[in-house]
Amino acid sequence: MSAHLTFPKGGVHPPESKELTEKLAVETMPLPAELELILGQHIGAPCSPVVKRKEEIVEGGLLGEVKRGLGVPLHAPAAGSIKAVGSSAHPIRVSAPSITIKTDPEAETPTWEQSTDWQQYSSEELLEKVQQAGIIGIGGAGFPTHVKLKPPAETPVDTLLLNGAECEPYITADHRMMLEKAEEIVEGAKILLKILGIEACAIGIESNKPDAISVMKAAVEKLQEPGFQIGVETLTVKYPQGSEKQLIQAITGRKVPAMALPSAVGVVVHNVSTTKAVYDAVVLSKPLIEKVITVSGRGIKKPANLLVKIGTKVKDIVDYCGGTTDDLARVVMGGPMMGFAVSTLDIPITKTTSSILFLSEDEIDTNELSNCIRCGWCLEACPMGLEPKEIGIYVEANRAEDTEQFGVFECFECGSCAYVCPAKRPLVQFVRLAKMKAKRS
Amino acid sequence: MWNVSVSPHVRSNESVDKIMWTVVACLVPPLVLSMFVFGIQVLLITAVSVASCMAVEAISQKTLGRPVTVKDGSAALTGMLMAFIIPPGVSFLIPILGAVMAIYIGKHLLGGLGYNIFNPALLGRAFLLATFPVAMTSAWLPPLTDGVMFTYFSGGIDAITTATPLAVIKEQGMAAFREAFGSPATVYPAFFLGLRPGSIGETSGLLILLGGLYLMYRRYITWHIPVSLLGSLALLSWVFGGETLFGGDPLLAILTGGAMLGAFYMATDYVTSPSTRTAQLVYGAGIGALTALIRIKGGYPEGICYAILLMNPLSPVLDGWFKPKRFALPLGGEK
Repeated sequence: MSAHLTFPKGGVHPPESKELTEKLAVETMPLPAELELILGQHIGAPCSPVVKRKEEIVEGGLLGEVKRGLGVPLHAPAAGSIKAVGSSAHPIRVSAPSITIKTDPEAETPTWEQSTDWQQYSSEELLEKVQQAGIIGIGGAGFPTHVKLKPPAETPVDTLLLNGAECEPYITADHRMMLEKAEEIVEGAKILLKILGIEACAIGIESNKPDAISVMKAAVEKLQEPGFQIGVETLTVKYPQGSEKQLIQAITGRKVPAMALPSAVGVVVHNVSTTKAVYDAVVLSKPLIEKVITVSGRGIKKPANLLVKIGTKVKDIVDYCGGTTDDLARVVMGGPMMGFAVSTLDIPITKTTSSILFLSEDEIDTNELSNCIRCGWCLEACPMGLEPKEIGIYVEANRAEDTEQFGVFECFECGSCAYVCPAKRPLVQFVRLAKMKAKRS
Repeated sequence: MWNVSVSPHVRSNESVDKIMWTVVACLVPPLVLSMFVFGIQVLLITAVSVASCMAVEAISQKTLGRPVTVKDGSAALTGMLMAFIIPPGVSFLIPILGAVMAIYIGKHLLGGLGYNIFNPALLGRAFLLATFPVAMTSAWLPPLTDGVMFTYFSGGIDAITTATPLAVIKEQGMAAFREAFGSPATVYPAFFLGLRPGSIGETSGLLILLGGLYLMYRRYITWHIPVSLLGSLALLSWVFGGETLFGGDPLLAILTGGAMLGAFYMATDYVTSPSTRTAQLVYGAGIGALTALIRIKGGYPEGICYAILLMNPLSPVLDGWFKPKRFALPLGGEK
């Protein structure tokens, strides 16, 4: 037990609830009649559409690209015709520009087979392929992957970490991916290592996935070759183990400075599913057009790990999964700790959606907040050593602009503080308000 | 219609209500023991104290236009604790006045739950000590006295009152204490069990310790404040509390007065104590030192009540001095 790696400060242990889906193999959801692709899938500038209404499109065809600024192109997840270039509901931004495709079930789908040996490509060519395939951090962050693979010259990188922690409760998409696509992930890691021009890679997996750990170890063993040093590290089950800074500290012992990127300590972190997408992009020349998501919670009749096309609407997924139960109380895009509650099912999957949770009344807590009783539990839970209780009290007292002293800008909103708070204070909400107001002042 | 709110969407099953009522439950065993040691009237005094604290809380919140939160258990806990630190022979009407001071003035006029600077129960007791100085310093009962209930209700309680161990030591010295209470071999176990004159709920070190350990097991409190408080009190009592330097009795110091109750139940009050571990250690040590100072040099035989009240307002200051350690500083050090 004690041999497992973890971060020393803070963290919480919410019920894992992974038993609902961890044993379920990934199933491919049938193609829905309509797909809706939000143009701003990633952090950075949103794509500009390159297609017009009524235009026919093939699977993998270009839908949009970023002309200026940070970003990656967007591809058609399936063949069909463009029904609209308009806007759709969005879990965070309420509404966002999007492209709607009326899919063609009769169309021939590309086979996406291995064409060439990727080792023949140069590091620059590989990087170009990653960018052109539209790959971003699909674990949730949505940062364009090619940018992370070009660390600043003044901070050279010596270690690649693959994030297979999957510390959010319920979600098992990465878990299934590691079990079912282990060799692709290891091969993808080699591609990333070649692009970065380094040898060392560690794959971090929480100890609640012993099957994934042994499968990944076997894949690493099988695919080992000179020039690549890949290892698998077992991590303690503790939230937020999969947070970038906490993962780096657990595996390498290095601490990323406040407000800095991991490259400041010579590390780059990529999610295991993103790594699989890199493999697809380079080896199969397949752009990022589909992904595995976990559909779970006690509010859905048939929980599942599903391979869905990007742009699939939640309502189609609900239909496929047998509908919702009567005691469904909250629908969350993403994990229960950091995901976003949505008010409509008419919302599409994006490249960063890792799960859709249908939580019943028993699973959520809607008790009203009371005054802060200064128990200090949030201080113990915070993995960043911040002072959530003070931020909350200051925001309530209308002094949000004075909260920088409590580290509000170092908060990555993991929700550990609000999870433990016995007064049920919405500390993440307070932090978001504080950030907005403190930035403005 | 679904429920929409900001993450996290799952929360631990702890709550303020649960914490408060658990602490109240931990105080029940010492109360039951007290009933056998001092008589059934202690139940009446405690019931009046709890009921009046809850009533004052409801009335205060109603009149101040705030939501009524009596059922969260914090007023009940204040009532319980206030009863525990008044003598077992006082009139059962006394806690009513204490409740007004503790809850209305000490808690709600200072901002309500979470914003009160001083521990309400201790503030109530300090007020009662000033208002009823004779009763509050003399209505002590010898343990296990037959017919005490009859004497209490017939008004003749003065005839059987006695002095507390700390008062005997203070006013008559160690020799008189040994004569009255016996040798260390009999004193330590008797005091640890709770068989000594004292306030209603403060005498049983054993039951207070068990309750405190349970609260630690539940992670409602940590060892930092009780250990640093009792440690500094024992150390200073050993060094300066005897007739010669290093001639004091550290064990006796923590088994007498309200040391145990104060360390586990009063000084650990969330609202009025610091939140970071280092600050808690300093805070506890400060209370222990002030208690020793008042006991040895002050005018009162016991000092823990005032020691805690004196340290209460320092809590935010200590939290400011000992902030949590950040994960990492920004590049180039502190801004």
